[in-house]
Amino acid sequence: MAQSTETPVILAKDLIAGYLPGVNILNGTNLYANKGELVGIIGPNGAGKSTFLKAIFGLVQVRGGTITLNGEDITGLKANNLVSRGVGFVPQSNNVFPSLTIEENLQMGMYQDSKRFTERLEFVTSIFAELGKRLKQRAGSLSGGERQMVAMSRALMMDPAVLLLDEPSAGLSPVRQDEAFIRVSEINKAGVTTIMVEQNARRCLQICDRGYVLDQGTDAYTGTGRDLLNDPKVIGLYLGTLGA
Amino acid sequence: MDVLGILSSTASFILDPTTMAYALAGLGLAIHFGFAGLLNMGMAGFMALGAYGYAIGVLTLGLPWYLAAFVGIGASIIFALILGIPTLRLRGDYLAIVTIAAAEIIRLLLLTSAFIDVTGSADGLSGFNGPGGTITNPIAGAGGFNGSNPIPDGEFGFEPFLDDERTWYLRIVGAIILAVSVFVVWRLVNSPWGRVIKGIREDEEAVRSLGKNVFAYKMQALIIGGVFGALGGLMLAFSTNVNSGVYVTSLTFFLWTALLLGGAATVFGPLVGSVIFWVLQAFLGLLFPALAKLGLLPFDSIQAAQVRFILIGVALVLLVVFRPQGIFGNKKELTFVK
Amino acid sequence: MSSNDKPATPVKSTGLHVGAIKPGVAKKDPILIADSVRRQFGGLTAVDVEHVEIPRNAITALIGPNGAGKTTFFNLLTGFDNPNTGTWSFNGKSLAGVAAFKVARMGLIRTFQLTKALSLLTVMDNMKLGSTQQRGEKLWASMFHFLWKKKDVEIEAQALDLLKRFNLDAKKDDYAASLSGGQRKLLEMARALMTKPELVMLDEPMAGVNPALTQSLLEHILNLKKEGMTVLFVEHDMHMVRHIADWVIVMAEGKVVAEGDPHEVMRNPAVIDAYLGSHQDDDLGTITGRITLPKPGKEK
Repeated sequence: MAQSTETPVILAKDLIAGYLPGVNILNGTNLYANKGELVGIIGPNGAGKSTFLKAIFGLVQVRGGTITLNGEDITGLKANNLVSRGVGFVPQSNNVFPSLTIEENLQMGMYQDSKRFTERLEFVTSIFAELGKRLKQRAGSLSGGERQMVAMSRALMMDPAVLLLDEPSAGLSPVRQDEAFIRVSEINKAGVTTIMVEQNARRCLQICDRGYVLDQGTDAYTGTGRDLLNDPKVIGLYLGTLGA
Repeated sequence: MDVLGILSSTASFILDPTTMAYALAGLGLAIHFGFAGLLNMGMAGFMALGAYGYAIGVLTLGLPWYLAAFVGIGASIIFALILGIPTLRLRGDYLAIVTIAAAEIIRLLLLTSAFIDVTGSADGLSGFNGPGGTITNPIAGAGGFNGSNPIPDGEFGFEPFLDDERTWYLRIVGAIILAVSVFVVWRLVNSPWGRVIKGIREDEEAVRSLGKNVFAYKMQALIIGGVFGALGGLMLAFSTNVNSGVYVTSLTFFLWTALLLGGAATVFGPLVGSVIFWVLQAFLGLLFPALAKLGLLPFDSIQAAQVRFILIGVALVLLVVFRPQGIFGNKKELTFVK
Repeated sequence: MSSNDKPATPVKSTGLHVGAIKPGVAKKDPILIADSVRRQFGGLTAVDVEHVEIPRNAITALIGPNGAGKTTFFNLLTGFDNPNTGTWSFNGKSLAGVAAFKVARMGLIRTFQLTKALSLLTVMDNMKLGSTQQRGEKLWASMFHFLWKKKDVEIEAQALDLLKRFNLDAKKDDYAASLSGGQRKLLEMARALMTKPELVMLDEPMAGVNPALTQSLLEHILNLKKEGMTVLFVEHDMHMVRHIADWVIVMAEGKVVAEGDPHEVMRNPAVIDAYLGSHQDDDLGTITGRITLPKPGKEK
């Protein structure tokens, strides 16, 4: 599938990464996301989906290949450097500070650029109206789905160049999962380039512009979300035929 | 520097009864921690009970040595029960805290002058192995351990293992106890019981959900390991006198070092670890003072002998960080290696 | 059956209930009955089940939002937690206050949300641990090889048979740590079957499993029913629930709020509001306006 001529926001080439010495989880992954795209990454357990996101965010040792952000090489940079360059990461769990209020959690997302707080808060509450009403509530008292929302908002506060989401629907009940996916779609429609890793492959592909299927550390299939959703090989190997 | 003398003294530690005592207590610790995942930080207490139980059995109770030995073993079983009943249902860390405290309590009870008639207080006890007599029991031949020695008087062996009949008897008795112990442990850990224990080490709830009474298994492991600790103390008592000053927390940590060095979840690890530990200790204990006398070290020879203990501490840290499975251990089996 | 065909529709058990369907409805042949089970953590009531009966030899799904008390209820029933009040019986025998390991020996086996395959043991050792028949597990017997060796061989054969069914036999001597997440789930299920249980309680058996693997897991669960066992499982995947469950029980905020066959329950407006969402069978691409499909209706 041809890349567009503009520089992609995120471009990963032949990425090799792993946690334990001598054991590579990613064995040469290639991926790109253009500005404004919603890119999904699906695949079986252990394929390297979360590892890929963590490699971009500097949380996993990159042993080969490159990652560029808007053309600038960011391979191997530490997470705090990446945040200031506009990479927003939303982990799957432990993603809010439970003892802080929602407002304070959002402030944590802005500490590098606190002057724009009010402006960004307006943007975030335009997408998540309920947040605006509960700013003083302790994040620890929120349910899993609500914490997801706060975590995503926090990442949005710093006006990220790209948003990395690690399994936003994990552990949520069906109605909350649907809400999470719709939320991600809203965020992307507001102009945020987003890369999401998901276990719920069907839902992920339904909303993505483009998708990658990761298997054993490499990108096995890629295409538009719709193409992958209807590809018999992808259905057979990853989606299963139960969903109707 | 008398190099030959140093090497020969060091080598003699390979067959030393103290080394065997460590190996036995190390076996106990291997069962506790290596196989069952129990954090016992008070092995010195079990050893003290084994040693003092034997000595008191001879001197106060007037028992012959083979029955007095069971007093020591019995005491360690009761100790394990007292420790285990309240703590084994709680998180593992609680056992660690309780065992450190309990071992110290034992030591202080043995040290206090309130029981001086039975324990000898700060002087400890002696003369319970055979001819000699003590303040508390002037009867010659008390206990009779030395009297049971079939080896005729004289010196046997060859350098550096040239020793009298008493030392050889000790070595043989020790070797027999050690061999039987190793066999028992080897059998246990390779049996279905051992399998359950290893499962408990990793995840109690999983094993519970498979229908095993986890509390009972942990208690059994605590008792068995404790008995081996008592046997270690017994070996020390056979070879010399007993003194509460020996059974301090440092002893527990030396045991841990020897165990981790050899491999915590292995049967031969404690043996090999103890031998290496003692040989190294002896070697450094002779080498450093010799170097100090030659002026090569910045302290005098008395201080130099103590430096090895600092090194033991450093070695323990390095072991845990870089090679927690020890020499023989299998990294795949260890719970604390992530 | 190639993986691209829809799986064969299982034969559902019907007529499980007695009388009108409502939360706590009686069953014709209940294997487990629970009464007034309440568990409070400080001020929070995690479980407050007035009455619930689990039908024998059927597959019952327990669904509900997170925090509804499903796992806590599992823990209470199997002895892993103690309720403030309540009684429950298994095959007529009271289980209240019975220790977890004894419950397991009585034929009630449970699995856990976060797999508890023992990574530091081999697959075969995991399986052998599953058996309750090995007296070599007793301390005194373990010392004498001849007392348990023969039984061990029998157990190993039984284990190998189960491993073959779950496609894990090639890995029998590997450490469980080397298995993938999905394989570990299979191992946990296979291990649970070593005791030939009567009631198998699975806590989110599909969580984190590759969608393509869920099909084989479902087959295994259906087989349990064919072999006469009863299954109670917690799940969030509604497609799976609809496919294999004979009966569905819905919990919310600690209480049983609805019961019935899958289709009825999933049409219940209260359940849709609180749990299922109204987009169960819709394509989110159309809902969010990202795409317009050529034909209105469902996407395959």
